[in-house]
Amino acid sequence: MFGLNRGDTLLLLLVAILTALAPFLLNPFPEGSSLAQFNGGYPDLMQRFVIFGIFAIGFNILFGLTGYLSFGHAAFLGVGSYAAIWMMKLLTMNVIPAIILSVIVAGLFSLLVGYISLRRSGIYFSILTLAFAQMSYALAYSVLTPITGGETGLQPKLSDPRVLDTMLGADGTSRANLFGLEMGQSWQMDWNGWVFTFNTGYYVAAFVMLIAFYLSIRIFRSPFGLMLRAVKTNQNRLNYTGVNTKPYTLAAFVISGMYAGLAGGLLVAMDTQVGPERMFWTASGEVVLMTILGGVGTLIGPVLGAGLIKYMENILSKINEGLLEKWFAFMPETAGDIVVTVLALFTGKGWHLTLGLIFMLVVIFLPGGLVGGLIQGGRRMFRTGDRSADRKVKSNQTPPTSTPVE
Amino acid sequence: MAVLQVLNVSKRFGGLQALNDVNLSVEQGHVHAIIGPNGAGKSTLLNCFVGKLVPDTGSVMFDGKSLLGIKPHEINQLGVSRVFQTPEIFDDLTLLENVLIPSFAKRDGGFKVNWWPRVDRERVVRDHAESVLQEIGLYEKRDEVAGSLSRGDKRRLEMAMCLSQDPKLLLLDEPTAGMSRADTNATIDLLKGVGEARGITKIVIEHDMHVVFSLADKISVLAQGTVIAENTPELIKGDPRVQEAYLGGPQE
Amino acid sequence: MEAILLQILNGLDKGSAYALIALGLTLIFGTLGVVNFAHGALFMIGAFCAVMLSRIMNYSRVIIDESRTDFLGNPLKVEVPYLHDWFGPEIGQTMIEWSVPLAIIFSIPVMWVVGYVMERGLIRHFYKRPHADQILVTFGLAIVLQEIVKHFFGANPIPTPAPPAFAGSFDVGALIGFDPNVIIYPYWRLIYFAFAALIIGAVFAFLQFTTFGLVVRAGMNDRETVGLLGIDIDKRFTTMFAIAACVAGLAGVMYAPINAPNYHMGMDFLVLSFVVVVVGGMGSLGGAVLAGFLLGVLESIASMSQVIEYLPGINQIVIYLVAIIILLTRPRGLMGRKGVMEE
Repeated sequence: MFGLNRGDTLLLLLVAILTALAPFLLNPFPEGSSLAQFNGGYPDLMQRFVIFGIFAIGFNILFGLTGYLSFGHAAFLGVGSYAAIWMMKLLTMNVIPAIILSVIVAGLFSLLVGYISLRRSGIYFSILTLAFAQMSYALAYSVLTPITGGETGLQPKLSDPRVLDTMLGADGTSRANLFGLEMGQSWQMDWNGWVFTFNTGYYVAAFVMLIAFYLSIRIFRSPFGLMLRAVKTNQNRLNYTGVNTKPYTLAAFVISGMYAGLAGGLLVAMDTQVGPERMFWTASGEVVLMTILGGVGTLIGPVLGAGLIKYMENILSKINEGLLEKWFAFMPETAGDIVVTVLALFTGKGWHLTLGLIFMLVVIFLPGGLVGGLIQGGRRMFRTGDRSADRKVKSNQTPPTSTPVE
Repeated sequence: MAVLQVLNVSKRFGGLQALNDVNLSVEQGHVHAIIGPNGAGKSTLLNCFVGKLVPDTGSVMFDGKSLLGIKPHEINQLGVSRVFQTPEIFDDLTLLENVLIPSFAKRDGGFKVNWWPRVDRERVVRDHAESVLQEIGLYEKRDEVAGSLSRGDKRRLEMAMCLSQDPKLLLLDEPTAGMSRADTNATIDLLKGVGEARGITKIVIEHDMHVVFSLADKISVLAQGTVIAENTPELIKGDPRVQEAYLGGPQE
Repeated sequence: MEAILLQILNGLDKGSAYALIALGLTLIFGTLGVVNFAHGALFMIGAFCAVMLSRIMNYSRVIIDESRTDFLGNPLKVEVPYLHDWFGPEIGQTMIEWSVPLAIIFSIPVMWVVGYVMERGLIRHFYKRPHADQILVTFGLAIVLQEIVKHFFGANPIPTPAPPAFAGSFDVGALIGFDPNVIIYPYWRLIYFAFAALIIGAVFAFLQFTTFGLVVRAGMNDRETVGLLGIDIDKRFTTMFAIAACVAGLAGVMYAPINAPNYHMGMDFLVLSFVVVVVGGMGSLGGAVLAGFLLGVLESIASMSQVIEYLPGINQIVIYLVAIIILLTRPRGLMGRKGVMEE
């Protein structure tokens, strides 16, 4: 279906079903129960899941396929956001033009940055992208204040011209919408104490994410994707094979920049605001974490990684010491205290610690990320059943060695 | 007719005259060996053919076109493929993918954002790649990861990658370096077999005289950056200048 | 002229910090071949060594002084540091005030252990992994380390003053013939610069004049050959890493009075130090030091109001701008060697 093979079609359908049912799946605990704070099914968070999923999918096209590690991708997300907000201020609150412009602007910006940065490789490339992103951040923060709003950032105001909206005689609303359908609008469904929220913005973003995911599958399976993987493995060989590697890496860079811009535009479409911190290097680092955590070079990994990190950021960080004490009240006092103290280190404000540890463990023990680990584990389990799979596992595990001769 | 014509090529690295007025003419369909002691400038010369180095003076003409100042990938697109001293393959990809890449490069040129079609639906290219693997005897292993191959098989794979492009000229940089006697013989047979069937012109740089004399139609002897002799294997064997160069030069 | 001179001086202390961190990074990269993103965290830990020592020294018992009362009329609680009890109020107080310089002694063993454990426990297993993996795992480690520090010391900067003896400023201008009070420079920054120069000199001397240094330098040039000579290079690598950790730590200790330590200072400095290393040339010790001072001073000059007037915002981006220009024109950096990080 959709020109994909069976496995990929199934994966796409699975992702589609999961995103469609996310308001249920992410809210497994009834409202008011003590576990309700683990519910991730509220609009703001669900939107972030899919939007950062898009960001990570795009990053994976660059890093996962070509192996070029960019430490500055947040710049493209930020540029996309600024482009979108200006579209909302000047033209219309409809999200479509905003998102289109954000993709175009981010694409052009990444063409410029990529053209320069890709003249170097390895760590030099990483530093160049980092330098560009930090420069963008610093400029957005200071000199470019007339365009970026400086530290406070930008928001649509009632006094903005919004030419198209005025022409069409729409009211002076400053709410983002899709032909009148407001992004912030939600419906709630009560069912036996469970509350499920369906948010327009989420479903718009999720739809865009599915398209982005589908396109990335096409890229992965195409001759173009094959060339990008070849860049990662042996660029020298590729050059002597008649392939001009520069434009390939640049194309991958621009595509991933456009994905970042798309994510930036969608973020604005959801919360209609932007600030320079979106371009800070920690934001670039975050997308690296997402991609690695989920599984670099795998299709679904980056989306999972993005979801996991955003979930931790929003849910784990809410668990404070008071809450822990409540949970472990059943324990004898000293034991409970110890458990609470230890857990408090990893939750609440300490959630970054958990993130850092998980990340390290993944890099050390699961270079393929969570998805890579799952696939390998699965293959091991079916080792006796499936001989060809078995062989693949083996060849994946043995490091490439040349047999000694003579 | 000469496929590759090298005229008065010189190259200097700082104080070292690596190539000094080299002339070479490789005939269509021939296997032309370039031999010489270590440091004679063989690799430098080869690098001038593939676009890695640009000679200081002189010209390199391939098929009537100058190769000077052209990038490696453009030279390949003209029909020159090369095999490296240590096999350069795509270690993380499967054997089939390894052969698909040069095949796509041959079809699509140096750059094409060919992102919509699926690799496994590109029947023509796929069949071609599979037939080359079959020919070279690696078809059974087509889904294995190339990095796990033995060195001999890596060399065969690299050869398959070159052959899949149907090159006019194949450059082989010490194709049997570091191989056992059995692997070396297998490689000689391979080169003879696939080469002759297609009539590909080949330039072989080699230390191993056994390989050279079993393959070459013509031999150029390089010493201290100059061609001191160029002739058929039989005549080269008896040439006193060659013997002197080898005995006088640093022996392996 | 005076203004430029003043800015050059102002750039020196930041430049010193960049140079020290970049030096350690280069030592690690040059010998171990590891790109260490956790190096900034080592700098940060050093700064918190100063904080910790100052806290320990201020550790007090509370006595109730009946003779004085607080504003509610209750007897005043007075905290008396134990150091006052042990060494008498005067010497004890002096020791407390001198906690930052004393922390140098305190931090060396701490940093040594941290460096040792880090190399043995983690870095060692990444020698053969790709640079991207090294960057990622040390990046993760940096997050972990800074979060641990945050947990114990909180998120806010902790002012850690220099000894009062160095609190004033030094009139550099008057010394070299300018009008008095034009070019004044805090003593402590002067000390920091001298200290940095001392450490840098010591590292270079160590590499130049000891057998150990000879082996390390040989290892930086050709790792495999040194391994073949039967020298136990692994042990020396560990030591080298520990030394680099100490250098970063000392840079941090002494920097504490200049900039109140906070948990993310390491990352802030790391990003810039990496730019410094790359500008100086990956693997070149001299280049790292040179680029460190150069960029520190440039940053400082760019923040002069006269410059900002013409090039608004230049102070924010000058380092990155220079890095981009240098990388594009001199791919190996100012003093980089061929064949480092090129594949």
